[in-house]
Amino acid sequence: MSVTVVRQETMQGTRQWTRILRGPLVPILSVAGFLLVWFIAAEIAQSRLLPGPGAVLRYIYDESVHGDLLTELGITLWRVVASFVVAMLIGSVIGLVMGEMPALNRVLDPWLIVLLNLPALVIIILAYVWFGLNEWAAIGAVALNKIPNVIVTLREGARSLDPGLDEMARAYRLSPLSKLRNVTLPQLQPYFAAASRSGISLIWKIVLVVELLGRSNGVGFELHLNFQLFNVTAILGYTLAFVAVMLAIEYLLVQPLERYSTRWRNKPV
Amino acid sequence: MNDIQHAGVTSRFEISIEEKTHVGADGTLVPAIRDFVLEVKSESLTVLMGPSGCGKTTLLRIVAGLDDRFVGEVDVPPDARIGVMFQEPRLLPWRTVRQNIELVAAPDFGPKDLERLAHAVGIADMLPRYPQELSLGLARRVALARAFATKPDLLLLDEPFVSLDERTADRLRKLLLEVWQERPTTALLVTHNAREAIMLADQLVLLAPRPTHVIAVETIAIPQAKRDAATVDAIFADLLARYPANFSLV
Repeated sequence: MSVTVVRQETMQGTRQWTRILRGPLVPILSVAGFLLVWFIAAEIAQSRLLPGPGAVLRYIYDESVHGDLLTELGITLWRVVASFVVAMLIGSVIGLVMGEMPALNRVLDPWLIVLLNLPALVIIILAYVWFGLNEWAAIGAVALNKIPNVIVTLREGARSLDPGLDEMARAYRLSPLSKLRNVTLPQLQPYFAAASRSGISLIWKIVLVVELLGRSNGVGFELHLNFQLFNVTAILGYTLAFVAVMLAIEYLLVQPLERYSTRWRNKPV
Repeated sequence: MNDIQHAGVTSRFEISIEEKTHVGADGTLVPAIRDFVLEVKSESLTVLMGPSGCGKTTLLRIVAGLDDRFVGEVDVPPDARIGVMFQEPRLLPWRTVRQNIELVAAPDFGPKDLERLAHAVGIADMLPRYPQELSLGLARRVALARAFATKPDLLLLDEPFVSLDERTADRLRKLLLEVWQERPTTALLVTHNAREAIMLADQLVLLAPRPTHVIAVETIAIPQAKRDAATVDAIFADLLARYPANFSLV
């Protein structure tokens, strides 16, 4: 009898722990731990080359209020969004067509492999050389770096489409538009989610390189400038600010959208 | 899209398939259907009965217009509205039951029609749910409602009650008859279950093993509603005596 009681208590204790572990407390503690390590390292180093979290946060605040930080963030964000939209649109269409048409897939596959393995830097340099140091060359170069990944992901998606539902749509004579909206796109949703997830992080890293090499504004340009001045506070400040923007996009836009589009899943019977 | 306009379409359908061959994975040719001729009477329930694997599903796919690689002719007008009930429910998991039905419903199929139909097949409470929340029996009911919501000129049912327990299957058969009698439609049902065939058929078409063709067409005159267990047994015994090869296997 006593054994049972003990086991129940232990189970209740475990359950309480699981609840705590699943709450927001753990990520908050984790971030606090990181800041603490950073703070201690900066205190020990006492160097201009490793400013503490306080100095960096102060820089972000000052530059937002009195400087250009927000403008530069906005410019970079626009480039990220533009490249992302272009890459997703072109990549999805090509990927879906390649998945649906094996003959075309055989023709385009070597091109795809070449593009997948072409270094980002080569594409950026060639884009600037051939199309000039302008906004569209920059956005095009970033998009071209992302397009092959989107193609590969969406091609898998097209191959995984359920032939049973396709027959249903054909038997019931759904219009092409209705079939796309109700049958095809919902099946591809996980593949779109995967492509855009890996896409956003990849794109913003490449955007910085593009800005560093050929634009006179944006976060990448500022990093380049402050690298020449050895201003590590500014470099960390810009990085941190943009990471915060990307986190906000992830938690306020991407995840709620994903929860909405998968709301039909995980419903208990 | 009113009934008068569709009166011409709802006449009889002729199916004649000279040859349908499947190409196996290793390239070998498997004849599935040969010299199949059938006239489907309008506003009646025609049941195709044959052993498993005799090419019944292939036949239905051809009639539904899902497979055009065959030699022969299927005389179904291209603008005919078709309702299909597949072996699996094949509902869209990301659409609610209501959306699944409304997606394919006829243009003049209003919310009131939906309510009546949902009530008739016993899914009125399920309309806002997603298909994953339903049991197989309930999902089948939704598939049945969806097939009727198109107000079909031709209703195709491919072993619609397979892999259900006998009681559920029986209830669904009765449901099918009720909904069907309210709006008699030219219907083609495929099954390997002799009792099911006898319970439902106006015309009972017996099929040969593959490559399949029509062995005989039996008309069952007794109305479906009056076919109790004893009647079904009597018809079964009669058919068993005349077609031992087709009925002794069951």
